[in-house]
Amino acid sequence: MKKKFKLQDLDCAACAAKMEDAIKKISGVNDASVNFLMQKLTVDADDEAFDAIMEQVENACKRVEPDCKILR
Amino acid sequence: MTPKQKRLLVRIVCALALLIATALGGSHLPGGTPVRLLAYLIPYAIVGWEIIWKAVRNLTHGQLLDENFLMSIATFGAFATGEFAEAVAVMVFYQVGELFQDVAVDRSRRSITALMDICPEYANLEQDGALVQTDPDAVAIGTIIVIRPGERVPLDGVVVDGTSALDTAALTGEAMPQGVQVGDEVISGCVNGSGTLRVRTTKEFEDSTVSKILELVESATEKKAKTENFITRFARVYTPLVVLGAVLLAVIPSLVTGDWGKWIHQACVFLVISCPCALVISVPLGFFSGIGAASRQGVLIKGSNYLEALAQMQVMVCDKTGTLTTGKFTVTGCAPVGLTEQELLELAALAEGYSNHPIASSIREAYAGALDLARVTDYHEQSGTGVSADIDGHPVLAGNKRLLTGAGVAVPDIPGTAVFLARDGAYCGCVQLADEAKPGAAEALAALRGVGVANIVMLTGDRRAAATETALALGIDDVRAELLPGDKVESVEQLLREMHGSGKLAFVGDGINDAPVLGRADIGIAMGAMGSDAAIEAADVVLMHDDLRKIAETVRIARKTLLVVRQNIAFALAIKAIVLVLGAAGIASMWLAVFADVGVCVLAILNAMRAR
Repeated sequence: MKKKFKLQDLDCAACAAKMEDAIKKISGVNDASVNFLMQKLTVDADDEAFDAIMEQVENACKRVEPDCKILR
Repeated sequence: MTPKQKRLLVRIVCALALLIATALGGSHLPGGTPVRLLAYLIPYAIVGWEIIWKAVRNLTHGQLLDENFLMSIATFGAFATGEFAEAVAVMVFYQVGELFQDVAVDRSRRSITALMDICPEYANLEQDGALVQTDPDAVAIGTIIVIRPGERVPLDGVVVDGTSALDTAALTGEAMPQGVQVGDEVISGCVNGSGTLRVRTTKEFEDSTVSKILELVESATEKKAKTENFITRFARVYTPLVVLGAVLLAVIPSLVTGDWGKWIHQACVFLVISCPCALVISVPLGFFSGIGAASRQGVLIKGSNYLEALAQMQVMVCDKTGTLTTGKFTVTGCAPVGLTEQELLELAALAEGYSNHPIASSIREAYAGALDLARVTDYHEQSGTGVSADIDGHPVLAGNKRLLTGAGVAVPDIPGTAVFLARDGAYCGCVQLADEAKPGAAEALAALRGVGVANIVMLTGDRRAAATETALALGIDDVRAELLPGDKVESVEQLLREMHGSGKLAFVGDGINDAPVLGRADIGIAMGAMGSDAAIEAADVVLMHDDLRKIAETVRIARKTLLVVRQNIAFALAIKAIVLVLGAAGIASMWLAVFADVGVCVLAILNAMRAR
């Protein structure tokens, strides 16, 4: 399942790239992209565990850029 | 400015005022160095506390070498070496740069998305005689919506009541209003003219044209260009290398000269410029702004990589019918053998009676009389050559020369496009047709040559004579005629081989029936695609309006984008390299380093906006 989320206070392009790398490494995530310009996160992950995976995604984002919030 | 940005601005101003006051009056302070240090720490804390807080917090998250950490270390270094004023000033300057950068990115984001301001905010539903504004997302297929004059069409649908003219400019870049009446399809994103329309929706918002277009443009920057991937890889090694350089610079010259203060200070300069931000922001921003500019022209580019390829386009392969020509054939003459002209035309019209090929409908139109299709039996269509059928029990062939000669029928040479007919295995004449070159096609090709597309090739299934005639009129010298659909892919592959990997090849077609060729070319361009999902799906670049002239314009935008992106890369790298060299030589100030970091970044962002 592919889902899009809006990101709030994503301030730095280098952090966006780091976030993308970190999210891609989470098991169950097939693909992810962080669009700095549109302030959007696209996550393609397995259906069954989507919510659990999103928890991990949120943690990964927090680690890289604690100010950035995923709106969902 | 956002509230967050405003708060930062206030802090910067306060810190700057305190810094100036301390710098001017600092020498009169009693108590010596400790008190002076304290006096400088106040503005430093006001402007930089969250940098240090973030540095500590991110460090505990394992984010070594992040921008905040590097700035903190650099300014601590300046304090440690006694350069109090410089430490505070650098932090202030850094924050000014960050603020600038933030505002600039926000501005550019807004101005680019404004170009694509086609998103409808509401749909009007009729409930008990009153109009209710509803989120287009919540409208089901088959609902009747009302579109008042001047409103944006929120969902794709079919007009059930009313007439109006739609302004498609936001989608196609073309200001021609398009008249619609009952039974016509309307496309979301267009602006309604002077009439009120009732429309039965045929798609959900998510699948509507406007959503598709927005989705496409927004995700276009996710398909990264080669230049961008290079920058990402570069950024990954750049920071650690510069930090390593800083450590070496702090230790080695200090051991040699014994002047630890000076070299630790120079090492801090290295740390300040070790962030690759200017590159990481300005390159995708440049591409995005180019893609935004193209979409304003009614040209959708599906990825930064295609924009990059467009800039290197050297060969353009065009389909003839429907791309270079209008695709509307008219019968120009008949050359019957042993029949009257009218009999020949009737025979041709009957044979082509079931076909939906554009030529077939032109012949039926030219015949004008009523057709009794019951006389046609055993009808077979042969893709790319013609049809065979039994008419009144006689086997008839109608098609190109290849179809007839393949069946052992001798055919005379006739110039131009023609449908040849044979009855009972004997040639009985031909119907000649012509289609016109599109208005503006010759001009468009000249413009393409003007922007450096050296080689324009025309592919067509038509007879050579007809193809040459069109080519001559348009000034195309490379014509490959009499091709079957499969041959077109073969031709494109051959052209690609001849290019030996230099430059890029684009194929332009109408998006119908040429998906394999669109896929094989470096850049597949589909034209006249408004409302055609198949074409939007198959192509890499989509012309919403079937105007060939937009291609040259798009190539120009692509070239400019690439130029701006390259300028940014060269500029940022050059400045950083100079400051690194000066730093290693021991003569760079921290001021210069902050400029090399944030100043360059802001300039690169402003430059990226020029790609429009």
